[in-house]
Amino acid sequence: MADVMKCATRDAYGKALADLGDKRDDVIVLDADLAKATKTAVFKKAHPEKFIDCGIAESNMMSVAAGLSTIGYTVFASSFAMFSAGRAFEQVRNSIAYPKLNVKIGATHAGISVGEDGASHQCCEDIALMRSIPNMVIINPADDVEAFQAVHAAAEIEGPVYMRFGRLAVPRINSEDYQFELGKGVTLKDGKDVTIVATGLMVNEALIAADMLKADGIDARVINIHTIKPIDKDILVKAAKETGAIVTAEEHSIIGGLGGAVCEVLSEICPVPVLRLGVNDTFGRSGPAVELLKLYGLDAEHIAEKARQAVKLKA
Amino acid sequence: MDTVKKLELQKIACKVRMGVIEGTFNAKSGHPGGSLSIADILTYLYFSEMKVDASRPDWEDRDRFVLSKGHTAPALYAVLAEKGFFSKDLIKTLRKPDSILQGHPSMRYTPGVDMSTGSLGQGISAAVGMALGAKLKNKDFRVYTALGDGEIEEGQVWEAAMFAGNKNLDNLVAVVDFNKLQIDGSLDEVNSPCPIDEKFEAFGWNVIVIDGHNFDEIENAFHAAKECKGKPTCIVANTIKGKGVSFMENECDWHGSAPKLDQYNQAMDELNKALAGLEA
Repeated sequence: MADVMKCATRDAYGKALADLGDKRDDVIVLDADLAKATKTAVFKKAHPEKFIDCGIAESNMMSVAAGLSTIGYTVFASSFAMFSAGRAFEQVRNSIAYPKLNVKIGATHAGISVGEDGASHQCCEDIALMRSIPNMVIINPADDVEAFQAVHAAAEIEGPVYMRFGRLAVPRINSEDYQFELGKGVTLKDGKDVTIVATGLMVNEALIAADMLKADGIDARVINIHTIKPIDKDILVKAAKETGAIVTAEEHSIIGGLGGAVCEVLSEICPVPVLRLGVNDTFGRSGPAVELLKLYGLDAEHIAEKARQAVKLKA
Repeated sequence: MDTVKKLELQKIACKVRMGVIEGTFNAKSGHPGGSLSIADILTYLYFSEMKVDASRPDWEDRDRFVLSKGHTAPALYAVLAEKGFFSKDLIKTLRKPDSILQGHPSMRYTPGVDMSTGSLGQGISAAVGMALGAKLKNKDFRVYTALGDGEIEEGQVWEAAMFAGNKNLDNLVAVVDFNKLQIDGSLDEVNSPCPIDEKFEAFGWNVIVIDGHNFDEIENAFHAAKECKGKPTCIVANTIKGKGVSFMENECDWHGSAPKLDQYNQAMDELNKALAGLEA
């Protein structure tokens, strides 16, 4: 595994924006004094005339983005997840989503893998917040290949999209010929005993967990849900029917994120045991990202343990 | 302004005020006070200042208007109806479930509404975005927005003001409807944003203070705004909340309550008499 390519999804975001700027005249990028961190600086360098720094005023930035979109721009507005979904929640709801305007929110530094900056900057509530807003599409890519394509897919559709990116360099799991399809879950490994439904950087951990589970004689299916809203109901129901138990894994609160979304679908269509792995209704803390992920149980070992429990719960 | 034009605007403004009363009476709710205080400014904007075409509400090169003080939608709807964006009969459907006239402006429901607003402080930012976009696209359309004096207690207004000043958006005009009253009382009693003119000046704006019910002063202010290069303009319009309906004037209780039948009759009677006086 030593030669696995690692890249942060935020880096792919910056590259994808620059690429979009090459191809389309209507793309414009806003940031709130975090361009170097969100990687919109990559776009700024390539297309300085289409980059606008709004300063440290995220609420204004979101409503300015809405205004710009009404005159025909496809607007990408970027900040950390905490300030995009958190501080500017109401601007996203009322200025962008209610009128269904063509604004794409590039939210980086999501989850506790922000690391040393600590709890004030580790947003583990953004998916829950954004999921509750009508008209919102939510994408949480697993690696840089997926992130790059997701940005292009977001630009192709009309209306608001929330894109969640990470600070931490994570292993690339998709090959170069991967084809991102908005709203479609991806079965990365088939299996019949339990299904691990993962999103973001937990997808790679889910694949490692599935390997570990072989030693227990458990044949685990692994599904990558990159589009959290609208969620791929068919792939979830099929997994519930065929494997009889589900584990969800996300770098987000266990409340209202992927786990919540999966439970909402399955409880109504195909009830089976669902165990949720995520940040357990608590705030994060400072520390190296990889250490924090282990400390909060966001790794392959903990996914595998949840899967063993889930198998035991099967009727 | 010549007297013929002024008389015409005064008549339209009177009809707009009737629309405000008609709408809020039938809805049994809504915000007549601030709708009546901004009625003259909105009338001037749509009937003298702005480049708009009621038959093409989505015309790319039109001037834009954002009602940042979105709760005074009854005045905007009445002006849009007078201008022909939709039938005046619809005023009576204000705030009803199947109406195109939502409680607060929605660009997805109502022809002529350029931005959905209602949550205070957000409209000015959207207007700033439109003005910035016009500059980036080398379009010469202008962008107008109207704010409440209570609304500018919202921090986002000052984020937007700082940004517009720094970006030299001289194609943007923000009107502050300075009627001195907000829901809980007078500005002074609640959380005064005064001095409004000095604040906007400090944020890099060209500021003009006028009587917001005097069409000569309104016209001069908007003309001066066009002449000012390199700065956005803020027009601080001294107004009377409830203007035109005697018992609503300067009464903050009329911020957000609708007239009952006897009050409706009295208000319409006053406005009809005023209109008859103008038409005599």
